[in-house]
Amino acid sequence: MAGYNLKDVMSRPERLAPGHRMCAGCGATIGVRAVLRALHEGDRAVIGNATGCLEVSSFMYPYTAWEDSYIHNAFENAGATLSGAETAYRALKKRGRLPEDENYKFITFGGDGGTYDIGFQSLSGAMERGHDMVYVCYDNGAYMNTGIQRSSATPRFADTTTTPVGSASNGKLQSRKDLSAIIAEHNVPYVAQTTFTRDFKDIHVKSEKAIYTEGAAFLNVLAPCPRGWRYETSELMKICQLAIDTCYWPMFEVDHGSWRLTYEPKTKLPIEDFLREQGRFKHLFKPGNEDLIVQFQEEVDRRWEDLLYRCNR
Amino acid sequence: MRTDISNINEQSPCEDLTEGLMIFAGGTSKDFKTGEWRVDTPVFDKEKCKQCLLCAPVCPDGCIPVHDGKREDFDMDHCKGCGICEKACPFGAIRME
Amino acid sequence: MSRKDRMSGNEAVAYAIRQVNPDVMPAFPITPSTEIPQLVSTYIANGEMDTEFIPVESEHSSMSAAVGAEAAGARSMTATSSCGLALMWEELLVAASNRLPVVLTLVNRTLSGPININCDHSDSMGARDTGWIQIYAENNQEAYDNFIQAFPIAEDERVHLPVMVCQDGFITSHAVQNILLEEDSDVKEFVGEYHPEEYLLNPGRPIAVGPYAVSNYSMEAKYNQEAAMIRSKEVIKEVAAKFREKFGRGFDLFEEYRCEDADYIMLIMGSASGCAKQAADELRQQGVKAGVLKLRVFRPFPAEEIASALSKCKAVAVMDRCESYNGHGGPLSCEVPAALFMNGINTKVINYVYGLAGRDFTVSNAAEVFGELKDAAGGGQNIRQCRYVGLRTREGQ
Repeated sequence: MAGYNLKDVMSRPERLAPGHRMCAGCGATIGVRAVLRALHEGDRAVIGNATGCLEVSSFMYPYTAWEDSYIHNAFENAGATLSGAETAYRALKKRGRLPEDENYKFITFGGDGGTYDIGFQSLSGAMERGHDMVYVCYDNGAYMNTGIQRSSATPRFADTTTTPVGSASNGKLQSRKDLSAIIAEHNVPYVAQTTFTRDFKDIHVKSEKAIYTEGAAFLNVLAPCPRGWRYETSELMKICQLAIDTCYWPMFEVDHGSWRLTYEPKTKLPIEDFLREQGRFKHLFKPGNEDLIVQFQEEVDRRWEDLLYRCNR
Repeated sequence: MRTDISNINEQSPCEDLTEGLMIFAGGTSKDFKTGEWRVDTPVFDKEKCKQCLLCAPVCPDGCIPVHDGKREDFDMDHCKGCGICEKACPFGAIRME
Repeated sequence: MSRKDRMSGNEAVAYAIRQVNPDVMPAFPITPSTEIPQLVSTYIANGEMDTEFIPVESEHSSMSAAVGAEAAGARSMTATSSCGLALMWEELLVAASNRLPVVLTLVNRTLSGPININCDHSDSMGARDTGWIQIYAENNQEAYDNFIQAFPIAEDERVHLPVMVCQDGFITSHAVQNILLEEDSDVKEFVGEYHPEEYLLNPGRPIAVGPYAVSNYSMEAKYNQEAAMIRSKEVIKEVAAKFREKFGRGFDLFEEYRCEDADYIMLIMGSASGCAKQAADELRQQGVKAGVLKLRVFRPFPAEEIASALSKCKAVAVMDRCESYNGHGGPLSCEVPAALFMNGINTKVINYVYGLAGRDFTVSNAAEVFGELKDAAGGGQNIRQCRYVGLRTREGQ
């Protein structure tokens, strides 16, 4: 794999065209652009997509934002749908209906609703069968397309429209499902968790590995949603940096079973720094709720220690 | 049978719609001008720009065209004015107005 | 040259799948269709075919993967029954609305509950408005023949719709009967090679499948889908004629058994047609002019043709192997009278529900129904609509 050069990768042709209807400042399409830039020039792609914001905004008839072939099927089956397309590729190659020198890569995108929840079985099946594809979850921690309902990726205490904060409620009761670890336990060759960093090197390198590692790969990309998280659209990169510096969203990869931390903050910041920026956690800063932040911090610490153990064993 | 979307609009007769509403083309969304949504507008100061390109990947809409390692002015047809690029620029070469 | 053999319906369909050798087949086991993916897997394991088989984790994923594979340019099919079909419901609609010529071989089994593995038509009947062409078989021979015709119908450019080929669970799928099998080369020639015009894996010609569409487009798109379903009727007849010319057997929309001069006609689908025909034969010997209209194609619904075929008789028994839970009769019992009415035909109709969840439907059951038709036509009283054949009640029937 060649060294990373931002100027080179940014000079590649865009594979996601502008004109899609995602909200201003949306993290999902930043993630899509970053992943698709890792495709080598000359390689073609079939893009899959679970129903969600990205799908209804990027292929609103007759406007497709995708320069490559694209298929949206339904909400809960992006894994199975792309596994069918990938199998078709092998069948057509085998039967001489595609030229030998044509290379297709299979990449599917789903939000955390389509990935962690309703599409979990379909994803698990596709990963276990080992199709040569990449499943990319753009994790914004709630069902944003239907109006910010909680998902199993929603952090504890978040204020969502199905876990609203009220006089008898402090938001979501449960903590997040660790999907990256669950998929790693499928023994697929490559799993990584990432988000957007200043030079986008981390997501680029991981995307390239995911796409060009033979077999099933899974990328979990933290993709902030300004509407759902309630912050100013311009603050996206700051939010991402705080997510990784507080160890709320650790950056790691599992390459053929080997766990590796890909970013370790010089100073681990307190979780308040991440929470304070977002309206969905506003209630945690009310007098009397100090204990909730302590609980949040304890969970972040516990998960971080667990990850360090996995990476150092 | 390639699709020319300029022949398809919300008043098209059924015979003019594509089979299964598939689009036999890529990137047709460029014809939809999301720039109309914009409230704040980024202004590019070419003099201050050092061509570090840290602004280009942060755009959700791919509105900072890069050719041969150099960025050009914004694609105002599509920029939605989110302002992420302004914050990403270390040199103050982007200002939201 | 045709070859005589003995096979079950599942074996016959699996044999046809081997001959067609489709590009991709995702499938998940469910009784009574399980043997089909098993037999296909065995053919593949023995090098007798080289279809890419995907052992998916559910029927929802089997139809999802078939949609993905078909859109990608591969001739794709799957097999299922009952709850498996119910689980893929949403995907049936997606396959049809995306105009993908997927073929599904369905072995009819009742839907839960109670869980029961035997035959009725509630699975495919529940899917009757999903935009799939539906073709029903009376026996293993027709299951084999219908499967071979499915791809040329689905892939015809006037159609581009998925096709469901149905046979009755256990009664047809597991009973071993005589069959005429065709040469591999003849079957391959009949089905032809698959070369779609537009598909995902067409280098330099990307496509986008499955949009969000606003109301201004969606209604026209749905009409276009219906227009394809209407056009498919002619294609089904053409393919049946071609099949008959090449292999010397088969029917197009339905079979009219001794209907020409019949006073009493039983309209029925699937394996029970055999008992109906036997009863008609026996009644004919007693001087009763009985006939059987065996519906082969339920979607598209051949309303005009049925009305015409039933226009001269005195009374018709419409037989549903399915309950609609609507207080108004099963699917055929609603659609056949509507077809008669819309075409100005005033033939008397009596509706029956029979054979639910594998309940036997015998020659004597069929003869009783014909007897009731005769009473009804003669002005007989107490002929109840929507009666269950062979139902136990305290009063009796």
